[in-house]
Amino acid sequence: MTIRTLLAATLVAASLGGALMGAPASAEDAHATPQPPRQKWSYAGVFGSFDQGQLQRGFQVYKEVCSACHSMKLVAFRNLAEAGGPGYSAAQVKALAATYQVKDGPNDSGEMFERPGRPADRFPPPFPNDQAAAAANGGKAPPDFSVLAKARTYERGFPWFVLDALPFTGYSEQGVDYIHALLTGYEEPPQGTEVPDGGHYNKYYPGHIIAMPNPISDGQVSYPKGDDGQPVVPETVDQYSKDVAAFMAWAAEPHMMARKALGLRVILFLIVLAGLLYYVKKRVWADVGGETHGLQPELHKTF
Amino acid sequence: MANTTAAAPAGAAPQEGTRRDFLFLATGAGLAVGAGAVAWPFVASMAPDAATIAAGAPLEVDLSPITDGQIVNVFWRGKLIFVRKLTEKEITDMKAVPVGQLIDPAAADTRVKKGHEQWLVVYGNCTHLGCVPIGHSGNFEGWSCPCHGSQFDALGRVRRGPAPINLPIPPYAFQSDTKIRIGEEGGKAAA
Amino acid sequence: MSAHGNTYVPRSRLAKWFESRLPIVGLVHSSFVAFPVPRNLTYFWTFGAILIAFLGIQIITGVWLAMHYEPSAKGAFDSVEHIMRDVNYGWLLRYAHANGASMFFVAVYVHIFRNLYYGSYKAPREVLYILGVVIYLLMMATAFLGYTLPWGQMSYWGATVITNILAAIPVVGDTIQSLLWGGYSVGNPTVNRFFSLHFLLPWMIAGVVVLHVWALHVTGQNNPTGIPIKSSKDAVPFTPYATIKDVFAVVVFMILFAWFIFYQPNYLGHADNYVPANPAVTPAHIVPEWYFLPFYAILRAVPSKLGGVILMFSAVLILALAPWLDTSRVRSCNYRPIYRQFFWVFVAVCVILGWLGAKPPEGGYVIASQICTAYYFAHFLVVMPLVGLFETPTPLPGSILESVTGPGKQVGGSGMPAGAAAAPTTKG
Repeated sequence: MTIRTLLAATLVAASLGGALMGAPASAEDAHATPQPPRQKWSYAGVFGSFDQGQLQRGFQVYKEVCSACHSMKLVAFRNLAEAGGPGYSAAQVKALAATYQVKDGPNDSGEMFERPGRPADRFPPPFPNDQAAAAANGGKAPPDFSVLAKARTYERGFPWFVLDALPFTGYSEQGVDYIHALLTGYEEPPQGTEVPDGGHYNKYYPGHIIAMPNPISDGQVSYPKGDDGQPVVPETVDQYSKDVAAFMAWAAEPHMMARKALGLRVILFLIVLAGLLYYVKKRVWADVGGETHGLQPELHKTF
Repeated sequence: MANTTAAAPAGAAPQEGTRRDFLFLATGAGLAVGAGAVAWPFVASMAPDAATIAAGAPLEVDLSPITDGQIVNVFWRGKLIFVRKLTEKEITDMKAVPVGQLIDPAAADTRVKKGHEQWLVVYGNCTHLGCVPIGHSGNFEGWSCPCHGSQFDALGRVRRGPAPINLPIPPYAFQSDTKIRIGEEGGKAAA
Repeated sequence: MSAHGNTYVPRSRLAKWFESRLPIVGLVHSSFVAFPVPRNLTYFWTFGAILIAFLGIQIITGVWLAMHYEPSAKGAFDSVEHIMRDVNYGWLLRYAHANGASMFFVAVYVHIFRNLYYGSYKAPREVLYILGVVIYLLMMATAFLGYTLPWGQMSYWGATVITNILAAIPVVGDTIQSLLWGGYSVGNPTVNRFFSLHFLLPWMIAGVVVLHVWALHVTGQNNPTGIPIKSSKDAVPFTPYATIKDVFAVVVFMILFAWFIFYQPNYLGHADNYVPANPAVTPAHIVPEWYFLPFYAILRAVPSKLGGVILMFSAVLILALAPWLDTSRVRSCNYRPIYRQFFWVFVAVCVILGWLGAKPPEGGYVIASQICTAYYFAHFLVVMPLVGLFETPTPLPGSILESVTGPGKQVGGSGMPAGAAAAPTTKG
């Protein structure tokens, strides 16, 4: 009775709202940005885990292409060798860090100096500060990569956003979907669209005019070769985008694997504990003739 | 809960009681394990974090600008370290000290590296309660602590309490005659 | 702390010595052991325990996060990321704290609507209830202050919008605003003092919670029938009956909490808050956390700064008047056929207001917000007084026990006092 009342009330209100909302919603659609298509990510879902090969390729793309303009200043070289990441060895990371020049100081004479990087150092930014980054990039500083994969998303609307929170249908990879879509979304502007100087047309960028020029093209990055002498994955923009997005997902959430592994244990433990407690409670309440709970119809008799 | 166990129906079979006790016990254990497991991340989070541990990289110190008798302060892992160039007189005096009479007996040659007897490298906090002793003061050509009056000699050995032990020596190695690397002993990184 | 007398008898000499000097064991005993609990309470009555658990979780994780957090405009964002990346289990502490806030509000909303449905606010529980409204207000302030601390875009702009709301208060608004800012805009002094206040308020909540529990133990708990405990058969002792039920409910709720921490840690947050605060760019859609959305919709329903602010604060404060606006002599909606329908419409209106709060303030959304806002206030100012006057409640059961078993039937077990002469049972 009461549940039905609630449902009816909600439905009436929703349809009323829907009717009212109809007008502005369709007006928006004309300029709407299409939703980034969902990709398959190895690390989505409860049992998802990062693909080390993909993270390494993604790092290669970042290093050879993106890092010319985008900083990643919260990530340290040592992170690349930590569990749940791209899986480089400590020696590889040490060698890699040494290829970077890191600003340090002041020294005893009060001067800043440059020295080869160490694993403990964070990735040095391509520009000394945001102003320099903006000045070199048409007035807008390229965003830092460290948490970018968590800083981007798109609205899926009702009821999808409910499904995204639930077990089995849960999904939290909207950020990397968007990054992949953006990198593959450069195209000729449609007829009648003015693209201002320094702007570029991108299908998936909100408002479509993005300051970043198309950063990558097919074959630009040479991936490691497999046994047959061919690259392990195709050297295409689509693949580059997926790989770098996966790398960015790791950079934004370096403890994701540990988190999911611990979560499984915690939740299973809680379910077992709740089961035990349920029977204890039943036993305890048996002494007074059984307990009352919300499922007993006599409590909800609506006289 | 003991009450309810006691209040179990008198007619119930003993087996029933055992099962019930086991259930209560298992649940109690589960709650205790859960509480303990919850405490762990909180304790662990107070330990040095990954950045702090990684930042303890070895530190190179150039000895060439240090003059005879001078004490230089450097920091490794946030800890103060004295690098002191001993004078000939100090070396001779220190060798003459009878080891057996020291509070924390240590021969002169255990305080320095072989072949580099001029160089003393010690942690710069008093072993009593951590104050920084003042150099070139006290009665032993070394340091005296302003907080509680401990005195150390030119080799950082405690000569007057309350400090219980000598100033400890950090791991370090000579790269060349004029360069040391603190944090590495003979090419191996210290934990 | 209890009006039910002190039944605690210290056994050992040490316990006697201590009890005669500080009767705290007796206090706990009378409040959480011997305290009579209506035997017909449903799981809706476990949310008080869940809320206490979450207050504890938030305070402990918060204190631990404060060990690593840096309250400055320059350092805040990076220090939060330092917690996420470098601190051992830092990601767990932070996600537990961030999602704990949301779970806290989930629980408090269940608690509030349970109260409204079963008429728990009515005499003699008015003070108990008003203390609850005070806790809710403090929770909102704490949650807002906490959300500003990561100093991302949503933090910064949330702080800007809310402090501008306060500036709408006549006469003193500007002063309050500049005292909160500590400058000419939201900036370094703001985040620094917000951190301090965010640390302070939870202890104030804890203090009011003590009063809330105190008041509860004077009046006793309401129950699904809304009728008071009449005999010992109507009640069971708090321990073990309510204790074990509360622990069970808390653990079940923790499963939901764990799901969000470990598998959807950012679901209830905003992606924009992972962009460092930038005073030059406002995010495209600036919306508060989900638990503020209904009030945000009310704020935006009127095109007047002061009007919106007054409406928004009134929407919370009007809750406190419910004991006097409700004219019915019956508490529980189970026996109020007309008001029960209005109650569910009110729930639906609150949900819709929440949905509207997340939508851009334009066109039909504004009109819908206005209709729902009007209904929200009408529920309190019109429906509550009038329905109570004209409605004929259905007959109440003779006692709490009767509501469980049906009239005239007997039930095994004695209820109070604990463990005395339990009869053979039919269950388990």
